[in-house]
Amino acid sequence: MSLSRKKRRMWALALGLIGLGSATALVMTAFQDNLVFFLAPSEIAAQHPGPERAFRLGGLVEAGSVEKSVNADGRPEARFRVTDGPATVPVTYVGVLPDLFREGQGVVTLGKLGTDGMFRASEVLARHDETYMPPEVAAALKRTGHWEPERGAPPPAGSWNTMSTGGNPAASTGQGG
Amino acid sequence: MGGRPSGGGLHRFANPGRFLRLSARVSPWLWAAAALLLAVGVPWALVFSPPDWQQGETVRIMYVHVPMAWLSMAGYVALAAASATALIWRHPLADLFAREISPVGAAVTALCLATGSLWGRPMWGTWWVWDARLTSVLVLFFLWVGHAALVRAFDDEERGARAGAILAVIGAINVPVVKFSVDFFNTLHQPASVARLGGPSLHVDILYPLLVCAVGFSLLFAALVLTRTRAAVMEKRIRQLQLAQARRQDAVAA
Repeated sequence: MSLSRKKRRMWALALGLIGLGSATALVMTAFQDNLVFFLAPSEIAAQHPGPERAFRLGGLVEAGSVEKSVNADGRPEARFRVTDGPATVPVTYVGVLPDLFREGQGVVTLGKLGTDGMFRASEVLARHDETYMPPEVAAALKRTGHWEPERGAPPPAGSWNTMSTGGNPAASTGQGG
Repeated sequence: MGGRPSGGGLHRFANPGRFLRLSARVSPWLWAAAALLLAVGVPWALVFSPPDWQQGETVRIMYVHVPMAWLSMAGYVALAAASATALIWRHPLADLFAREISPVGAAVTALCLATGSLWGRPMWGTWWVWDARLTSVLVLFFLWVGHAALVRAFDDEERGARAGAILAVIGAINVPVVKFSVDFFNTLHQPASVARLGGPSLHVDILYPLLVCAVGFSLLFAALVLTRTRAAVMEKRIRQLQLAQARRQDAVAA
């Protein structure tokens, strides 16, 4: 008697969780396209959001595209292009850029896309990738030509995450891991 | 599950006396191990480890933020497992454990959110955004706080424990949402650095102090929850003794 009650409770709990889990999975799959924090340049090229709609544009700052100036009101102004590879969107922004903003870095900008194809941003956030390395390792990767930060993400982590930071960096390329 | 409770199987651990004896032996070691690892890990992480090449010294927030984030999820899995045990086997110790873990879980999740916000402001340029990762962790925080409040909201402790257990089990759906939000949706938050295909994307000089801190904070979390659960078991015993004494006095008076 007590065993069957326990078993019944276990089945009820398991079935409840399976039901709830599949419902959540279905809802998340259905909303995957709507629950996006930002649109990539190629998605914008495909969707053509109107000039009235404010949205977030995300991608990498294209190498060599950043031009900084001071506008007529004496505020800092930046022009750059955001790319995801296949497509690129030019952006203008008046205001202070976050510390991590640089060419090759991920950014998420909020604004509107003008009819001239220029994205006028009211907010620029830096999006950093999931890699962390000491300055010596970054310098060694750059010096040996394994990585140009302006062109995007660093090489696979296994090639540098055990690299020695002391001594001669050129002699100590890390092992795969 | 071999028929009636006979002292074997899971019921071995349901015995509060056995739990008190066992945990009395384990708990000093837990506290000592936590203190030792944090005494090594915290100075290593906050002083001796290198800065990040682009985030500079700000990266040190990670040594607190990431362990708190892991604990907020791992702790919730423990809460959900204890709640399922309590619902299926009516395990009184599991109810007490669930009641005592939730304030600690709420605290680590709050620390995860606070350190994340302090980290986001200088690096991303914002304290907070409503992306899938941040929002799902906020939901996790509300689940922890909600559970802690719900189990204490009933005069009848058992009903509170039942309601809390159901909430905890349903809320477990949120844990994979938190974990995979950064892969499934595009977010401002970066994807996982340690538990990822192709190995950790942190240099070992940053990874090792992080792991020592993570194990240290986990042991501290375990020690806190164990000590709280022990206190709760003893409190319950005292209440039962007082009740029994009152009943005896009533019987004498009658």
